[in-house]
Amino acid sequence: MRRKETIAMNSNLKIIINGIVKENPTFVLLLGMCPTLATTSSAINGMSMGLATMFVLIAANAVVSLLKNLIPDMVRIPAYIVIIAAFVTVVEMVMNAYVPALADSLGIFIPLIVVNCIVLGRAESFASKNNVFSSALDGIGIGLGFTLALTLLGAVRELLGTGKIFSLSIFPENFGALLFVLAPGAFIALGFLIAIFNNLQKSKS
Amino acid sequence: MEYIGIIIVAIFVNNIVFAQFLGICPFLGVSKKVDTAIGMSLAVAFVLTIATIVTFILQKGVLEPFNLQYLQTITFILVIAALVQMVEIVLKKVSPSLYQALGVFLPLITTNCAILGVAILVIQKDYTLVQSVIFAIATSVGFAIALIIFSGIREQLSLTKVPKSMEGVPIALVTAGIIAMAFMGFSGIDKVFQ
Repeated sequence: MRRKETIAMNSNLKIIINGIVKENPTFVLLLGMCPTLATTSSAINGMSMGLATMFVLIAANAVVSLLKNLIPDMVRIPAYIVIIAAFVTVVEMVMNAYVPALADSLGIFIPLIVVNCIVLGRAESFASKNNVFSSALDGIGIGLGFTLALTLLGAVRELLGTGKIFSLSIFPENFGALLFVLAPGAFIALGFLIAIFNNLQKSKS
Repeated sequence: MEYIGIIIVAIFVNNIVFAQFLGICPFLGVSKKVDTAIGMSLAVAFVLTIATIVTFILQKGVLEPFNLQYLQTITFILVIAALVQMVEIVLKKVSPSLYQALGVFLPLITTNCAILGVAILVIQKDYTLVQSVIFAIATSVGFAIALIIFSGIREQLSLTKVPKSMEGVPIALVTAGIIAMAFMGFSGIDKVFQ
């Protein structure tokens, strides 16, 4: 009995870890590039974008999985889009009400979570085939992977650009190449991070 | 003069790919060859302009009078998804040759955040209908320029030797970063038009 439980625990943990490492949405699947590049000018912005997306992922995955037998096959994609859009609207309203400054700096990219291919991708490839619990877990895993990637990229850009991480000074005042906070730095930093992640994966296997 | 300002800013200063980070997925996905890049930019220009007009009219004619602005995201994405389907069906009947050229790219456009992004931006900036249409067309020209420049460079890049771990997407991203740096040189010219 106990052994069965540990096996179940293991497979749940596997779903989560899978989303963080093996199917990391940013570094491996290369999905959701627009918010990844646009909202990571600082670590805190990157993290909040990741968390907002994670909420939508978990909720949309769970609801899609609940309704998977009720939605006719023909109209499943529009149905998924409506479910996702509903949760994105919830996130939008909550952020506008409680953290207006943050909502301002993420701007247009909060409503654009709707067209983030990760969310629709997981609904179609995972939630429509699995039960509610593992679908929610998959949302947590992929969401965590996305959040970690965005936080990392945000931290790297903030550190190189201004010498701070999470607004905490690491280097002296005049340190930093402002370029990394601006648009070109986003592309270049992400390019190198993906290369490093690829290399780590390869040397592991 | 005002319209010229909108056009210059949308194409060069606030380029949709290099400054606003919209439409990165097709930018990285279909930029390996110049031909496909041109097809994709045509398809985007077509859908972007129509979608902006339709969503603008919906926002001003339905959502605002009835105080339903909070339904903006849901409405816009549904309209865009339906529109892409409709464009596909109409094109197939009216102009089979154009359909063959754009056909592959049309389904991909629904999840292109440039379309929804521009539709929302136009509302946020409080543009009139004429300004919105000009902004949409200029934005698609900016997208086309970005995509075609990038695909030209990538065609050359595929012939060069790249360090193993930088192959593929990483080197493409670094290249895009350098082009973005070049585009930063345009910042400031919009002041001329104010």
